[in-house]
Amino acid sequence: MQLIIRQALDQYGRLSVPAASLDDAADLFGAGLASFTVVQLMLALEEKLGVEFPDRMLNRKSFSSIAAISACLTELTSEKAVA
Amino acid sequence: MCDSCSSFLDRLFARGVLHATGVDGLYARGECFEKVISGLDRVISRHGAAHRAEIIRFPPGMSRALFEQSGYMNSFPQLAGSIHGFVGDERDHLALLDKIHNGETWTDRQVATDVVLTPAACYPLYPIVSKRGPVRADGLYFDVQSYCFRHEPSKDPARMQMFRMREYVCVGTPDQVMAFREQWLEKGRDFARELALPHEVNVANDPFFGRGGRVMASSQRELGLKFELLVPIESGDEPTACVSFNYHQDHFASMWGIELASGEAAHTACVGFGMERLALALFKHDGLDLDAWPSPVRAALAL
Repeated sequence: MQLIIRQALDQYGRLSVPAASLDDAADLFGAGLASFTVVQLMLALEEKLGVEFPDRMLNRKSFSSIAAISACLTELTSEKAVA
Repeated sequence: MCDSCSSFLDRLFARGVLHATGVDGLYARGECFEKVISGLDRVISRHGAAHRAEIIRFPPGMSRALFEQSGYMNSFPQLAGSIHGFVGDERDHLALLDKIHNGETWTDRQVATDVVLTPAACYPLYPIVSKRGPVRADGLYFDVQSYCFRHEPSKDPARMQMFRMREYVCVGTPDQVMAFREQWLEKGRDFARELALPHEVNVANDPFFGRGGRVMASSQRELGLKFELLVPIESGDEPTACVSFNYHQDHFASMWGIELASGEAAHTACVGFGMERLALALFKHDGLDLDAWPSPVRAALAL
């Protein structure tokens, strides 16, 4: 999951450093993730994993670190597996 | 007309404060409405006088190229309006007239002009500032005004599609622009008290488009970038934002290359007054007859 997120960050996040150099807990907004690039990142991850971020996850915290995004996606993909 | 059974908008029309045009959110203004707008302009100028701000007045349209560069379409595509015009020969003209005559769609062949409708009064300012070179040490202050367009037709008279926005804009260091916004949060309350308007100031967010916009809105609230002075107009439960206090961080300055002498991106902030909303708030609370308004309010507005 972390690998998919790092790839998407490199492609859409317009960060100041490569995503590989960030640890899972690093602050993505501090690394240059901007409000608008969050949208592109979110849409790319949704398409890749066939999930949809629900309203309750549409906030700054969900995208604040690779770990936070991963937690959202793990929850969404496991919900999808159960369904 | 019975005051209790007609809407506020109907009563504004009946008294000639506003005039209907056939389009929701697009109204002509009557004499007494404009007197109030002029009065508000004077009160705002008084509160902003200490800035010795440079006055710039914009037309209701701005350069399409600069608008594209501004990033407005990233965040608010649903609100934007562009101006299109006819281009063609005599045959095209006849075809156009036929379509209009037959009630068919005629606008699909219109071509984009170089002009879009100004979405906010400070949008055309930043490209002008960016051409002037580094921002001087004591910061820059501007007093701007423009008719603005937002594509959001509504029966709520306080949600117009075309309205005037007056702004003070500060360009400088983070400390300078934060101090500017703090001052205006205080002055904004003084302003509302002077006009005897019931009000509250709350953290707010812009109406960003779509699901991604939800993330942007939550982020804006969490960082405390936008506050609004709210006055009940159409509803007590959902008061209307009449003044907004916005800290843009380096968003606009980085986009337009506005730099401090150090070479770092400047920061910007603005306070925006919704002129029509403020006038409507006064008409709502003090009635439709200017002569009957409380004398302190009349005195403040120099009516």
